[in-house]
Amino acid sequence: MAEIKTKGETLANRAAIVAVIVALIVMLTPIYWIASTAFKPRNLSTTSPPTVVFAPTLTPFAKLFVSRSNLRGTVDPAVYDAAPWWEKRIYDDGGQVVRNKKTQELTPSGYLDRYTNSLIISIVSTVLAVSMGTLTAYGFSRFKIKGESDWLFFILSTRMLPPVVVAIPMFLMYRAVGLFDTHLGLIILYTAFNLSFSVWIMKGFIDEIPREYEEAALVDGYTRLQAFWKIVLPEALTGIAATAVFCFIVAWNEYAFALIMTNRHAQTAPPYIPSQVGSGLPDWTVIAAGSFLFLLPVATFTFLLRNHLLRGMSFGAIRK
Amino acid sequence: MTEVMTRLKLGSSAAARGLSDLTIRNLFIIPTIAFLIIFNVFPLIYSLWTSFTDFRASTSAPANWIGLANYRELLGDEVIWRNFTITAKYVLISVTGQVVVGFGLAMLLNRPFPLKGLISTLLLLPMMLSPAVVGLFWKLLYDPNFGIINNFLGLGKFEWLANPSVALYAVAIVDIWMWSPFVMLLSLAGLSAVPKHLYEAAEIDRAGAFYTFFRITLPLVSPILMIAIIFRTMEAFKTFDHAYILSSQPTTELISIRLYKMAFQEWQTGMSSALAYIVLIMVVAITNIYVKYLNKAKAR
Repeated sequence: MAEIKTKGETLANRAAIVAVIVALIVMLTPIYWIASTAFKPRNLSTTSPPTVVFAPTLTPFAKLFVSRSNLRGTVDPAVYDAAPWWEKRIYDDGGQVVRNKKTQELTPSGYLDRYTNSLIISIVSTVLAVSMGTLTAYGFSRFKIKGESDWLFFILSTRMLPPVVVAIPMFLMYRAVGLFDTHLGLIILYTAFNLSFSVWIMKGFIDEIPREYEEAALVDGYTRLQAFWKIVLPEALTGIAATAVFCFIVAWNEYAFALIMTNRHAQTAPPYIPSQVGSGLPDWTVIAAGSFLFLLPVATFTFLLRNHLLRGMSFGAIRK
Repeated sequence: MTEVMTRLKLGSSAAARGLSDLTIRNLFIIPTIAFLIIFNVFPLIYSLWTSFTDFRASTSAPANWIGLANYRELLGDEVIWRNFTITAKYVLISVTGQVVVGFGLAMLLNRPFPLKGLISTLLLLPMMLSPAVVGLFWKLLYDPNFGIINNFLGLGKFEWLANPSVALYAVAIVDIWMWSPFVMLLSLAGLSAVPKHLYEAAEIDRAGAFYTFFRITLPLVSPILMIAIIFRTMEAFKTFDHAYILSSQPTTELISIRLYKMAFQEWQTGMSSALAYIVLIMVVAITNIYVKYLNKAKAR
């Protein structure tokens, strides 16, 4: 049907587009502010009025990875000249690198460790949650199970528990068995947390694969396991990938469990980054640089996931 | 019909070659159920027990059974009631805000325009990013001296987070910013499912925009909108991350923050377990309502 638009309609459409652009700017400003602060020299990070236009610098990233202190006095020009570019930037910004007095070695800041912890814990827990979840989803999708909806409700309800509520007994148990502040401890918690989600979402994806495919394979002499491995899994691959990205994001962003269950060794980035603000005048540029690198993977994944977001966010209730 | 019958029969005899279906079913399902029982149900049983004791995890003193004393004390404690009131107020403000902003955005986006896919995805970013890390930066945005919010709105040195009567709104605004995209996403799905011919019929009948919205759009979107509202209510009730990071005002002490402080700063393990149970019962009640709506939506 050809659309004939009245003058009023086009006007309303234009107004809507303007409103969307305004909304987009408002919604993205906080994120833009993190990204831009990550490329500011320290003296421009907290100005009144705020600095919007500036020459971007990589100084915050140079400072992010090494231990620093405030520069006392001035730098010896010879030392300054001999320093690598990134150390010069730190001097320029009124700081100095902390070196071991004897070996002159640099001390890394805590950031890289926390980032690595976040990566290890998120990836391992995602692999576990998605593989167990896919198997369970297949079981619920293809076989008769007594009280199926009750079981599914039980599985979902574990996801709805507030983290702090679960954390109290888990903390006591972890302390008793030595899992406190270990990678394994957080991996278990995140796997449990994501498992229910992955069962629900994967069940939706597997329900959509026609049973006839497997039945045909069974007729052709496949065993049930072979049919699952060779027919169902390849068909479910998109779903598995989407579920994995969702689980990764949840584990990556998780804060409460990480805050309670770790203190140094296995600490992930979400509790570490806010702890850097502390008291006094925080260096927001370094915090922003750390946050920027931390938020980047999820921002990228959001674009990869865009066609599955609706389904994931509604636990598979709404499909496009 | 006969074709289906033979196929099923063949299928089941074929499956018997390898592991039986029953074995596979158990092999696939039992580990998950066991895992969830060990790491979710068992801890809860354990904390049910501690909730009846005066146990403190910071001392080595053994736990004494004190019956319902913890529950009695909590339910009579004015501070806890204040925490619940604050939480209720917070949930009300943030969910209402999210529905208004999210649904409004969805109405705006529900028309063809250039770069629609990119713009909708960009709008979804706030809900995907870490609430702890992004929430932290709202401290900088709210800063009375060099925050961009005061500067942009021309509010001078207005205190957001340090002001006891405003801080809760400030925390709720962050939640609205973070989660309006969620309501938008679900509303868009609802809006795109409204049959076009209904609008065409309304146009032929010369129905006004107001009438069309309240008689066609809203009733047809409301089931999905309801899911969004209940889900957000449930999640807002549990809010911890950005609220804990942004403000330490007593007026923004949501129930999960009180619970955290009681358990891990004051080390009142027994008492906090009891409070956790009170919170848990409330969450389960909301979850029940939520799942009912989910199933309704699935059935359609």
